Amino acid sequence: MRMETVTLTIKKTPTLMLEAEAISPDGLAGKSLDEIRALPVYMGREQFTIGDYFDVAGATGATAAETKVVVKGDLSRVKYLGTKMSAGELVIEGNADMYVGAWMSGGKLTAKGNVDAFAGTGMKGGELLIEGNAGNYLGSAYRGDWRGMQAGLIRVKGNVGSDTGYFMNGGEIIIEGNADVHVGTHAEGGKIVIKGNAKSRLGGQMVEGTIILLGTVDVMMPGYKYIGDEDVEVDGAKIVMSAYVGDLGERHRKRKGVPIYGKLYIKKAEPADAAASREARLARAREAKKARFAPPEGTASA
Amino acid sequence: MAKTVTDVICPFCGTLCDDLEVQVSDDGTKILEVYNACAIGAEKFLHSQAKDRITRPRMQQEDGSYKEVSYDDAVEYTAQMLAKAKKPLMYGWSSTSCEAQSVGHELAEAVGGVVDNTATVCHGSSLIAIQDVGIPSCTLGEVKNRADLVVFWGCNPSHAHPRHLSRYSIFPRGFFTGKGHKGRKMIVVDPRNTDTMKMADVGLQLEQGRDYELLSALRVAFRGEDLPDVVAGIPKERIYEAAEMMKNARFGVIFFGMGVTQSLGKNHNIDIAIMVTKDLNEFTKFSIIAMRGHYNVTGSGAVLGWQFGFPFATDLSRGFARYNPGETTSNDLLRRDECDAVFVLGSDPGAHFPISSVKKIAHLPSVAVDPHITPTTEISKLHVPVAFVGVEVGGCCYRMDNVPIESRKVVEPPEGMMTDTDFLARVRDRVVELKAQAPVGTQSTAEAQGA
Amino acid sequence: MAEYLIKNGFVFDPVTGVKGDRKDVAIRDGKIVDSVSSSAKVYDASGKTVMAGAVEVHAHVAGPKVNEGRNYRPEDKLFGTRVKDSKDTRMTGGFSIPTTFKTGYSYAKMGYTVVMEAAMPPLYARHVHEEMRDTPIIDQGAFPVFGNNWFVLEYLKNNELENTAAYIAWLLRASKGYAVKVVNPGGTEAWAWGLNCLSVNDPVPYFDITPAQIVKGLIEANEYLGLPHSIHIHANNLGNPGNFQTTLDTFKLAEGYKANNKFGREQTMHHTHVQFHSYGGDNWGNFESKADAIMDYVNANPNLTIDTGNVTLDETTTMTADGPFEHHLTELNHLKWANVDVELETAAGIVPYVYSPDIKVCAIQWAIGLELALLAKDPMRCFITTDHPNAGPFTRYPRIMKWLMSKESRDERLNTFKHADKVISSTLLAGLDREISFYELAQMTRAGPAKALGLAGTYGGLAPGMDADVVVYDINPEGPFTGDDIERAFTDASYVIKTGVPVVQDGRVISNGNKRTLWVDAKVNENAQVMRDVEEKFLKYYSVSLKNYEVQGHHYIPNPYAIEVDATSEV
Repeated sequence: MRMETVTLTIKKTPTLMLEAEAISPDGLAGKSLDEIRALPVYMGREQFTIGDYFDVAGATGATAAETKVVVKGDLSRVKYLGTKMSAGELVIEGNADMYVGAWMSGGKLTAKGNVDAFAGTGMKGGELLIEGNAGNYLGSAYRGDWRGMQAGLIRVKGNVGSDTGYFMNGGEIIIEGNADVHVGTHAEGGKIVIKGNAKSRLGGQMVEGTIILLGTVDVMMPGYKYIGDEDVEVDGAKIVMSAYVGDLGERHRKRKGVPIYGKLYIKKAEPADAAASREARLARAREAKKARFAPPEGTASA
Repeated sequence: MAKTVTDVICPFCGTLCDDLEVQVSDDGTKILEVYNACAIGAEKFLHSQAKDRITRPRMQQEDGSYKEVSYDDAVEYTAQMLAKAKKPLMYGWSSTSCEAQSVGHELAEAVGGVVDNTATVCHGSSLIAIQDVGIPSCTLGEVKNRADLVVFWGCNPSHAHPRHLSRYSIFPRGFFTGKGHKGRKMIVVDPRNTDTMKMADVGLQLEQGRDYELLSALRVAFRGEDLPDVVAGIPKERIYEAAEMMKNARFGVIFFGMGVTQSLGKNHNIDIAIMVTKDLNEFTKFSIIAMRGHYNVTGSGAVLGWQFGFPFATDLSRGFARYNPGETTSNDLLRRDECDAVFVLGSDPGAHFPISSVKKIAHLPSVAVDPHITPTTEISKLHVPVAFVGVEVGGCCYRMDNVPIESRKVVEPPEGMMTDTDFLARVRDRVVELKAQAPVGTQSTAEAQGA
Repeated sequence: MAEYLIKNGFVFDPVTGVKGDRKDVAIRDGKIVDSVSSSAKVYDASGKTVMAGAVEVHAHVAGPKVNEGRNYRPEDKLFGTRVKDSKDTRMTGGFSIPTTFKTGYSYAKMGYTVVMEAAMPPLYARHVHEEMRDTPIIDQGAFPVFGNNWFVLEYLKNNELENTAAYIAWLLRASKGYAVKVVNPGGTEAWAWGLNCLSVNDPVPYFDITPAQIVKGLIEANEYLGLPHSIHIHANNLGNPGNFQTTLDTFKLAEGYKANNKFGREQTMHHTHVQFHSYGGDNWGNFESKADAIMDYVNANPNLTIDTGNVTLDETTTMTADGPFEHHLTELNHLKWANVDVELETAAGIVPYVYSPDIKVCAIQWAIGLELALLAKDPMRCFITTDHPNAGPFTRYPRIMKWLMSKESRDERLNTFKHADKVISSTLLAGLDREISFYELAQMTRAGPAKALGLAGTYGGLAPGMDADVVVYDINPEGPFTGDDIERAFTDASYVIKTGVPVVQDGRVISNGNKRTLWVDAKVNENAQVMRDVEEKFLKYYSVSLKNYEVQGHHYIPNPYAIEVDATSEV
């Protein structure tokens, strides 16, 4: 499909945060540059136009599928880029704030920098590629909704914050870097791959779904039971991993009378909360705390 | 001749005792004595009569000192500040009446502000958990009349809710609990050996920050599955024992507080505690209740709920209410420089927020409405003293179990002192005037958020 | 006050017996009058339908469980819209559990002028009144719940009719309530121990009284007092396949009693959301409609009124004082469950529910609700509700009306269900040709509910002397019109006058009017026994003091409308 490219370059730093949900292939497709410049963006209770904050150049396609949107500059104070997009392409050449690609259902969104929290919230399809780090609640459900990410692919080159894949129902999240606490909490489907390290609470309260961890985990959930080693296909490669089923503290559906558990694959894991690894972890924490509260150089100690 | 006001509601904590008796002077201006309150509650009444009580607004000067100004000046300053701001944060609300909260909401709607209350650093995580998994709960009288097993998880009522155990949870002889505390078992879970834990039948002193794992282990035990030898520092035998105790109770209840709402995982800890409670309802009757702190934070959540649909962190800037903790919560707005004015009423963020947030408040246009001098008033540009709700003016308050009780006026406020409601109403009316005269910037008119 | 003349509309008014004639409706000083002067403000209703303001007999719109529903469902408000009708209207939000402002505006725009809050836990009465005060435009009242109340259980166990009546009068005053509501009698007290009463003969743990005894005792007490409304009941065993038998058992408890009151009420029992209680089969597989058995009884027994509880096929939120039912529901759909047991009084449970047209059971429930109305021989005794928000939001009433008034519309829905064959074979709907007429609609949504509530002199009609609640809908009843035209017209009224003040015009709120809160002030002989029992229970078992229990104060009820009942007698 022949795509037209429209480029928006931010020309003014918002004093508060700018809410720009109009900026997506769906929001801009079929519009002239002047029409785009007149589209609303919001800051607090005030309404401005895209033209107030962005230089607009290029052209749009007739439909979202035929439209590529490139947003340039430091977007770290711009929210909602790519929200609800259903087709086409959006490239963010810089850091962006919250809700990047939230509720998207199709198309391809590439964030070349970091993104803040709530990226890919309620994702229904499409591809979200983040070349930097992602904040908390990547690919999660909106507050209160038991239906989180339904389908689609999220790929992060850097690290992610906490609460990745919260209430995930489907789709795939691949993280090249590390993950903070609470991965796949309450998941009922979907797959999360972490190539770096995780902290704790992997698959807590998971009903169904898959988590694959190539790195280390600090503390395992007590409801995960080792069932043996398996060959697992991880993003194109085949790796032998320890397989766990769980969360045994959660309800599980049955198929033909057999419960279907969540699966957790770890490349290398200590038995959950073994005394030795816990002692080591506590010792590390004590050292770190001492270092933080150590008196500055040159002062007398208390 | 002194007279005694009975059935007085204590305006301090979420226990909201309503059996206080306050002896006042015949002319209704002096509090002589307070009966039945705990030490904290009694002090709330007695301290309101302190001789150095601030009775008029104070404006911060160039050199950092404060100069007295009139209430008229205070109204004008506040109205101008809020009307000019593009996204003012209106925070607090937990130590005032529902009537005041409601007028505050009218004001917030008129200026497109964000309304947030102390849950944002307290039980907000509980509210988030309830939004994710619900909550099987009951009123405090149910605990009094039926409970034979009480769990205190991550809270220390001996210090924070001193009369809780005697009025509701451990000592009272209720309809089905004639033996009082002798017919009740108490489990306390805390990383510290607190005064509450010292009273417990079973004390689980877990590894700090691992409540989620221990709660999960209980659920594993309920389902008869295997546990690792030790979880969160607690040996599995003790976990199985605790699980059996809970399953075999006739009516159990879990009370919980900051130990779990503000430690690692926050809302997830409460979420899984709620799921533990739900699981237990397959074996017996179990409920869970949040130990709310301020005496009317629950009320703020209730009024926000029925007027806008969310219990805290409610953003009104776009003409329809929006909510997402992490984005619309006070500390996140301050951290990210997403608000340009701060209005505080009925709480003390100067004392309770991270210092980085407090610094932001100090550098923004800010107003603090509070009877006392507090860390918040001392970094705000304007300090407006008001009458004490529940002491000098009545108003509806909601207890930790959401029961609404009307607080009373016991004494007259100092001469000429305004109430929260009056001050807010005057600011609101002035803001409406200002907005009508010269619309500052264009008000948002979009129909829908997004395509 | 002002004079208004609604001119030349097609009027449907069961009170004056007008069945679509072109007539003028005259208003002066808040009342319907015979005629007005030439300086009256004229509204041209030519080609449009004119009815009295509608009367909502049962909805959950104000109170702690409603608010818990709001606060625990942020997703119910996602993607809000800015709707500002005038500078005096407030922000609105919420689909299945609207905020109080939205509740008032939405009802008013549909032409509803009175709304009854279906269940008030007395300990939380203050909260209910705060929400009603913040619900603009519409008059409201609330029903305190009595069917699991410790005082009631003890007095009725001992057959103490006068004490029961005295307590009811006391509680109506303390909570500023309107009627005697009974929810899952006995079963909700059993739920405080995790149990339930699923038939009218299951004894309540410890109190050792049966639901049958509770219901009969409350009917007797209600008639002893001569209250405006009858008891308003949600029977045991709600929601379970085969429960139609429990419903018939409950209906039969009202046999032999006569309505005693000075308000024109004729029924001795109003049963609510009957759709949830009309199920046959004995499991979800053979689940089927028993609307015929239910309506055979209702049609033959004029001492009964019912409301339907129609399913709207939306994602909504269930909330009810039938605590054990909600626990059962969360076990079925695993969605978030909130519960509150209320000391000495009642309980409430909340669970979201998705009535999907692709699910056979949901579609059958939808059909049953419509069947009840279509089988009703007396539209003055069968009212349209959705038990909001349980079977669907009240904002869907115009859609229910469309399905009832247009066979084509409902067949279109029925025949496109995923499991249409199974749905049709398990229900009666496909074989029902009846289309509710405009006049019958007025009976089912205006005159009927007003009469059942004991408010026939004030609401639900256009007779001179009644309150001037008048609504103009943009639909010509002489046709042609489609089902969608019906839904459109009844969603956004052209003109709504409430108590003589225009409040809505062309689907926009133009004034907040003069909202009132209704409550019943029943006077009984002094009863020292009951007062002593009340004092004792507050001292020993309640967690609040007696002096802090009663709802008092202008700020809770700024505009009270107390209905006086004199139930005193010569001693």
